[in-house]
Amino acid sequence: MTRTKLSRRTFTGALLATSALSACAVQTAPAKAHVVVIGGGFGGATAAKFIRLEDPGIAVTLIEPKSEFVTCPFSNYVIAGFKQIGEITHNYNALTGTHGVRHVRDIAVAIDPATKTVRTGGGQSIRYDKLVVSPGIDIRWGAIEGYTEAAAEILPHAWQGGAQTLLLRRQLEAMPDGGVVALALPPNPYRCPPGPYERISVIAHYLKTTKPRSKILALDAKDAFSKQPLFQDGWNALYPGLIEWVPLNKDGRITQVIAGEKTLVSEFGQRHRAAVVNVVPPQFAGKIARDAGLANPDGGSAGWCPVDPITFESTRIKDIHVIGDASIAGAMPKSGFAANSQGKFVAKAIAAALNGRPAFAPVYANTCYSLLAPDYGISVADIYRATPQGIVAVQGAGGVSPRTPADAAQFRHLEATYTRGWYSSATREIWGA
Amino acid sequence: MRSAILTAAFAASLLAGFAAQAQQATPAAGPIPGSVLAATCSGCHGPKGHSVAEIPPINGRTEQQLLSALLDFKNDRRPATVMNRHAKGFSDEEFAAIAREISANWR
Repeated sequence: MTRTKLSRRTFTGALLATSALSACAVQTAPAKAHVVVIGGGFGGATAAKFIRLEDPGIAVTLIEPKSEFVTCPFSNYVIAGFKQIGEITHNYNALTGTHGVRHVRDIAVAIDPATKTVRTGGGQSIRYDKLVVSPGIDIRWGAIEGYTEAAAEILPHAWQGGAQTLLLRRQLEAMPDGGVVALALPPNPYRCPPGPYERISVIAHYLKTTKPRSKILALDAKDAFSKQPLFQDGWNALYPGLIEWVPLNKDGRITQVIAGEKTLVSEFGQRHRAAVVNVVPPQFAGKIARDAGLANPDGGSAGWCPVDPITFESTRIKDIHVIGDASIAGAMPKSGFAANSQGKFVAKAIAAALNGRPAFAPVYANTCYSLLAPDYGISVADIYRATPQGIVAVQGAGGVSPRTPADAAQFRHLEATYTRGWYSSATREIWGA
Repeated sequence: MRSAILTAAFAASLLAGFAAQAQQATPAAGPIPGSVLAATCSGCHGPKGHSVAEIPPINGRTEQQLLSALLDFKNDRRPATVMNRHAKGFSDEEFAAIAREISANWR
């Protein structure tokens, strides 16, 4: 305890000295370098903090219009009614107060790699030595005919945390018992591969406990999905007869929505009308990354940003690193856990480069936990290494939870507990400590 | 004619640019230090191993405690949900470096 206190005091002292220095630095001696981070989510907020921890001599500016960030992880539990939105909302006070990151509450609208400048919507020009772009995803409006921003006010996507999360929650609450909840699910790649199936599960939990005559119809643009056997085992055990999942090969792909009629139209013209419709639409890298030319213009990975597997530096534009969902990170999924892992290693890579030395090879990790009910958790985990072929999962490691563990109830209970444990620890590491 | 030359020159510069960019970064030589490897652990076990919820904290353990736990997870000698899956992604030498780092610097 005493040791903790002492080290914390020493640490705070060092930070105070640093911030005093950088305050003077505005007029006299500039910081050794300036890193700008666009986006304060799992990737960007981690990178901003860890660059300061790696080298307090580097000044860091975070460009993020919001003062609070609502996480996408755990938003399914708000939708299902067993978490409150306040529990998944985080601010930047620790980042600015404890770690000396400057928060510019503005939106990045353009990047000029020639002058190494970011322009904001408010008209500021901010120069960088290294830039981290972590904008997350944007919805590909119109990829499904009729699915526009206006349509999303009637048929929410709830695939970005915040108002959309609450809209879907309100619609489920207002739905009478016996209604059908329809979901349209996207092709790969997209943010959070198991996310749609966790959402199906916890909505089923809500329906079973409050509106037991209701059903779920999930229309999928894929024939297979993450942790599929574990999800389907759980659905059969927990929610028999409640969930119908329609794969691509059974005409599951939705190509059109009629928002006013709460109707989904499939590739071969089947119409599905439902009481509540949740469209998880196709996605691509956040707008700033695409506008800056960081994304592939065409091919199978069009709209996503190719990066170096060791440094996450863009392979298209020098001195710009793209992390999180917007990047093409080889075998790593688009997940909050992965973005947090990438944020820590990109901080090391940038601090090393700014100090004139190469970075050590990173060892990335991911664990995607999903709850099928508040006390029933499953996971998929992997360790990743950078190779000449890109980022690959280590053979023989990782994988999904066992399908038939010795004590299944206890195993699923423990993984549900660790789901909450991961969220608490990760969000504290990113926004809270 | 002129535009053809310009186009060719443009294509050549694009190719050159592509070749320069396509080169992968070279990592630092030598074994990966514990401070780099252990960066992964805090994702679940919390900042400096101070887990804030139900995941076991890993700060304040001795080097030997940490190393034997990691090796036991890797070799399926200790019950686990996910640690056995993570642990198979690291070498024994890397675990020694991680155990040194955490016992020395995560307080």
